[in-house]
Order: sequence, then C-alpha cells, then structure tokens
Amino acid sequence: MTARAQSFDIRQSVGRSVLGGLSHSGRFSYFLADAFRGLPEIRIWWPRMLIEAWNIGIGSLLIVILISAFAGAVTALQTGYQFTGSIPYYVVGTLVVSSIILELGPVLTALILSGRIGARYAAELGTMRVTEQIDALESLGRSPASHLVLPRVIAGFIMIPALTVFANLSGVLAGWLSVKAVLPVTDADFIYGAQYYYRPFDAYYSLIKAFFFAGAITTISCYMGFNTQQGAEGVGKSTTTAVVASSVLILVLDVVITRILLNQ
Amino acid sequence: MISLRGVVKRFGTQTVLNGVDFEVQDGETVALLGPSGTGKSVLLKHIIGLIKPDAGSIIVDGKDVSHLDRRALAEFRQSIGYVFQNGALFDSDNVFENVRLGIVDEEKFNDIEYATERVTQCIRLVNLQPDVVLQKYPAELSGGMRKRVGIARAIAGSPKYLLYDEPTSGLDPVNADIIDELVKRLDEELGVTSVMVTHDVRGAFRVANRLALLSEGQIVMQGTPQEFLESKNPKVQEFLERDFDNPSFAA
Repeated sequence: MTARAQSFDIRQSVGRSVLGGLSHSGRFSYFLADAFRGLPEIRIWWPRMLIEAWNIGIGSLLIVILISAFAGAVTALQTGYQFTGSIPYYVVGTLVVSSIILELGPVLTALILSGRIGARYAAELGTMRVTEQIDALESLGRSPASHLVLPRVIAGFIMIPALTVFANLSGVLAGWLSVKAVLPVTDADFIYGAQYYYRPFDAYYSLIKAFFFAGAITTISCYMGFNTQQGAEGVGKSTTTAVVASSVLILVLDVVITRILLNQ
Repeated sequence: MISLRGVVKRFGTQTVLNGVDFEVQDGETVALLGPSGTGKSVLLKHIIGLIKPDAGSIIVDGKDVSHLDRRALAEFRQSIGYVFQNGALFDSDNVFENVRLGIVDEEKFNDIEYATERVTQCIRLVNLQPDVVLQKYPAELSGGMRKRVGIARAIAGSPKYLLYDEPTSGLDPVNADIIDELVKRLDEELGVTSVMVTHDVRGAFRVANRLALLSEGQIVMQGTPQEFLESKNPKVQEFLERDFDNPSFAA
C-alpha cells in the first residue's frame, strides 16, 4: 500500500470515528430527553425501581464491602511500611480515612459497579432489543423509558451512593484494624488522626462523586443496551462497550470533580 | 383502512422497500406473501410506526403514521395489536403480566379485577387453559404456546387492527394449522382488520380474504386467492408453484 493510500485510509478512519462520535452524542441526548419525559409516569416506574434497587443493592453489597475492605487494609499496610518514626502515628488515621473517603471508596465502588450493574443493564436491555421485547413494548403504546430506563437509572442513583457509604465504612474499618497489626497505633491515636483533618464536606464530596458516577454507569449502560444490534454478538459488544465507556467516564469525572470541588 | 403509497425504505446501501403501494380495507384479512428476506416484516413495522419510511406515506385509520408526534403515536398504537414473529414476550414477567400489559387503557390496566377477567378471557380465546399457563414464564412455554400468548397479548386491548408477523413460522404443521384456525376465528369473532405476514402460502389461502405478494421491494400483485390462482404473472406463478405441487395444499 502506498503512503498516500495509507494517509487516505487514516483520514477515512478518523472521519468515521468523528461522525460515529457525533451520532452517538446526538442519540444519547435524545435518549436522555426521552427518559426525562417519562418522569411524570411515576406509577409505572416506581414499583419497578424498587425491585431494581433491591436487586442491585443487595446483590452488590458483599463485593463492594469486600473490595473496599481490602483497599483500606492495603492502604494502611503501605502507610505502615513508609512510616519511619519521624511522623506522628496519629497521621496514619488521617491518611487512611482521607484516602478511602475522598478517593478509593467512591472510585473503586463505581468501577466495580460499572462491571456488575453496567454489564447487567446493557445485557438485559440488549437482549430485550434483539428479541423485539422493546419493540413489543412500543407497539403496545407504552414508553420503554418509563418501563425500562427510569427504574434502572433511578435505582442506580439511589443505590450507588448508598453502596459507597458502606464501602467507605468497611474501608476505614479494615484500614484501622490493619494498621494496628503493623504499627504501635492505639485506637485513640487513630481516631484523633481521623478527626484532626476530617471535614464534614469530605463525606458530601464522596457522595457527590458517587452520584455522578451513578449517572455515568446507568445512563451509558442503558443507552448501549437500547442501541444493541445484530443478535448475541451485538449484546456482547454492547455490554463490553458499556463497561469500558462508563469506566473511562468515571475516571474522567473523578479528575473533573476533584478539580472543581477541591482545588477551587 | 390501511393505505401505503410509494413507501421507500433503505438500510445503508440496500433498498428493502422500493415504492410499495399496499391497501387493506376495513374488516379484511390480508396475507402479505413473499420469500424470506424481502422486507415483509419491515413493511409491517412501518404500519405501526416502529420504522419510519425514507419516502412515501402510510395512512392508517385516517392518520399519517410517519408524521405523528410521540404522544399521538403511542395513542395510535393502542388501536393496533401486533403479534411478533417469536412472540417477543417479556421474559422476566409471567404470562399473566405479559397479557395484562396488552390492556392499553391505564385505568383498566390498574383495575386488578378487570385485568384478571380480561387476561383470563384472552387466554381462553387463544385456546389455552388459564389455570395451566397464567403463572408460567415464557421460558417454560412451547413455541406454539408462546405464539398464542403473543396473540392473547395483542388482543387484550381490544384493537381495531391486528398485525401478525409470521405467526406460524418455526411451528410443525399441526401447530401451524392450529394457529391459522385461531387467526381466522379471531378475525371473525372480533371483527378486526388484519394483515398477516407469511411465506406459508397454504396458511395464507386458508385464512385471508385477499393476498398480496411482495417481491424485490415492490407489491407484485394484490387480489383474492382465486385471482392469485388464475394469475399469469411469472413471479406469482413461481411463488405458488411449489405449493401447487404439494398434495396437502390441493386438499
């Protein structure tokens, strides 16, 4: 292939990607607008939302607590490894609590849930799309937004921040127990350090992050599921794309929210 | 009345419908015939507004379907029952909930007493036993039962029009006959206007008042079964030839 032909291919490829991106942005906006239009139909989405919230909340609780606990424990153990004695021991409490509440709790929880909830939503809706169940709902004059999208999105907005609270608690608790195993830190030292730099805003900040992450996970996965094409292969593709796209967006949002809320 | 004029639909570079003119009078049962992959289901989805045409008009009950706004389209769809090829039952809901979703009037849908009575009635109309199937999930039903539950859901809202997308595909001849009989009986009992997409010529001749043949993106012929039998159109002859030679068709 000549260099000229190669450059032409690259231009085509870039052009296709840009057009694809614009097309997705447009369709995603329509999708969100549709979902908002379904909000007044509370009698339809409320009962379904409760079922979804129960499913994703109870189903994810154990894995979220487990992973956050390990993250808290490792943070504490590494802090212990780096402490040489010149820094007061109570600082370890500050480090563990701040790391977990400000960053590890919300971000790790969101990344786990993008795999667990995001993949589930995309696969469920994708299967419904390729088996014409979504078409069937539309053919009955019913809104797929209020029957399928809103229950999932609202359940995510409620349960993902709630799971983040559990993740924060288990991370801090595991860190506390672990640090006691490697450093001569008393409970009083740890609590003093945890409280010394702690601001109530930190908890809100953690929840604000979780709220945005919930939006990223639920809307992207529902959108990808809704736009599934080409049978089983399409369902697999939508599911993978939903997890990858929501994970990347979580990391981008993490930077943006941190910049806006902590470095004003 | 259903009237399609000059309907064109392209998917990428492929033209599926290329100026389709198709008409169904009130009270008729029309079978839309054609080989697999000629766009019969695509045409049916245009009638209910699930697919929008690139050109042409679709008038159903005096409404221009492709230009209805979202709310008007949802209201319009309540007058149509659509039977999907594979049933398209909601697999996380049991049969009762599936058929209940077909009750399009929101007040009646929420009136449990009415809904139970209507669902039971519709299940009986499609020759199923409510006691046996209502609590079952779609995965627990046979192919024929799924199709019948799909029909029950489509008629639960007392529609004016019924659209059947390959109601007998994938069924053995005995079950296909049962579904054909069911379609014919429902059309007579409910007095609806029906369009049945099929490539089963034998079933179409048994059920429909009129036939239409879709080939290469256009309606090649519309007429009564007798007119089809007498037609000299080579495409009609070619399509019917296989079934003429079949002894069961002659019977």
